[in-house]
Amino acid sequence: MLLHSRSARAAVKAAVVLVLALLLGVPLLAIVLAAFAGSWNGVWPSDPTLSHLADALAADNLASISVSLQTALVASIGAVAVGAWAALAARSAPRQVAATIDALLHLPAAVPSVVVGLGLLAAFSRPPLTLNGTATIVVMAQTTLVLAFAYNTVAGAAASLDPVLDQVAGSLGARPLRVLLTVRLPLLLPSIGAALGLAFALCMGELGATIMVYPASWRTLPVSIFALADRGSLFLAAADTLVLIAVTVAVLGLIARLRGRTMVR
Amino acid sequence: MSAAPATTAAGEPTAVARAPRIDAAGDRKAPRALAWAIPPLAIVALIFLVPLAETVWQSVADTSGAFTGFEEWGLEFASAALPKAVGTTLWIAVLVTAGCVLIGTFLAVGLSFVPFRGSGVAVRLLEAVVSFPSFIIPLAFGILYGRAGVLNSALAGLPGAPHVDFVNDVPGVVLAEITYFTPFVVRPLLAVFGQLPRELLDVSGSLGAGPLMTIRRVVLPAARPALAASAGLVFLLAMNEFGIIMFTGAKNVVTLPMLIYTKSIVTFDLPAAGVVSCVQLALSLGVYGLYRALVRRLSGGLRAAA
Repeated sequence: MLLHSRSARAAVKAAVVLVLALLLGVPLLAIVLAAFAGSWNGVWPSDPTLSHLADALAADNLASISVSLQTALVASIGAVAVGAWAALAARSAPRQVAATIDALLHLPAAVPSVVVGLGLLAAFSRPPLTLNGTATIVVMAQTTLVLAFAYNTVAGAAASLDPVLDQVAGSLGARPLRVLLTVRLPLLLPSIGAALGLAFALCMGELGATIMVYPASWRTLPVSIFALADRGSLFLAAADTLVLIAVTVAVLGLIARLRGRTMVR
Repeated sequence: MSAAPATTAAGEPTAVARAPRIDAAGDRKAPRALAWAIPPLAIVALIFLVPLAETVWQSVADTSGAFTGFEEWGLEFASAALPKAVGTTLWIAVLVTAGCVLIGTFLAVGLSFVPFRGSGVAVRLLEAVVSFPSFIIPLAFGILYGRAGVLNSALAGLPGAPHVDFVNDVPGVVLAEITYFTPFVVRPLLAVFGQLPRELLDVSGSLGAGPLMTIRRVVLPAARPALAASAGLVFLLAMNEFGIIMFTGAKNVVTLPMLIYTKSIVTFDLPAAGVVSCVQLALSLGVYGLYRALVRRLSGGLRAAA
């Protein structure tokens, strides 16, 4: 035991609770309360209302939610597909190549989202590939930004796979494709599911690169929330944020259920 | 002191044992393995490397992509805005890292060694916050501590109370980033402390060390690799942060990402944005290289930080 005196333990506990409350509790509580506040002119909000939440679920905003969902789903699936493929390729490649793949796939995490966005604008604003102003460029931005996390999650699991399993399957006459489909991928499914969840959550909240590249016709929810907050509609922004978190958590739950069903024991 | 060499020694045999297997497989199947690596690498090149190269090229080219020279570089480096943005970026990153390390260490030590009812919930919440959108913190700060926020309207009722106004400036940005990034320090530290034998603390105490001495001599040395790795990560994240600063609406906090955004989206000066991006890239990749080297040297921290 680190602290034997009762009063010292109580003091440390109180300090930890206080810091946690200021760090997490108060901001999260503020968002929830503001989302339902008609007005907030004292310590506590007054005139509780559902109108902000109703606005957050109105037609205009539903479009943003749908755009966010589609973008995040396509981008996270794309990032996990590329990341998992690269992780598997790195595992069977010679060591130098594996190190190069590893370094390259981690690199996007080090580059600021604004630079990723600017790069896409610079590369795809003129022929041969003109994607500026399309939904594709938003998807590409989010895919790039979560690629490193997707790769890292799957590569970690791939490194701890028992190589004997591959060799046994191979020595029993299974072709490499069959080993991949029936041995390696099923064993990696939990990590692929985890990578998908993480990538999806990050995509749903992405603002930096999206705000650089989004066209007016493809506005994600975080961009709408930023516009609201910038105008000073903080309560409405809070309600939208709650909706964003709720939708994200719902999809994460769905991914977790799929993971549970496909889990190999 | 003792933790870093011990974990390195434990980490090395697996790397050595794994090497011959990969090489043996690589010798036989090298061409096929290389062919397998091409599709994902091609996609990464298309969506990431080509855009990066285009950004760099943009700083020395006109809008049609033709080379125009290094004029823009001279202009940007002669301006006051760029050096000031570099200074602001690094200063904010230093403050945020220091704050996260201090608060994160305190929280991790407290949660690990002086647990209380509900500390499990707190730990899970800390882990969940990382996957929340980062702008919830500046949004909450605006609601709570903004010019027309809750704190100010509460204070307005008291005679002689001060008017609080820090959200839209450096302190607001730094506090919001500390709030959002602290879990990145707490999580790896909790993992390290969870594996620290409790007997060590008892022995240290029975040998006469007070709690502070035990923390300094036993707890913190064990945490040093993980702490160094997560401090490096937070520094990098803080240097690259854009969404939080944007959301606080701090007009006079011009970091490099803010400058890139202003130059490219607001004033549409793409060559200038290219130059600032090159500076930002050099800094970010430099810090990232140092971070990777640090993690590799303290390989005990690698797993803890991941």
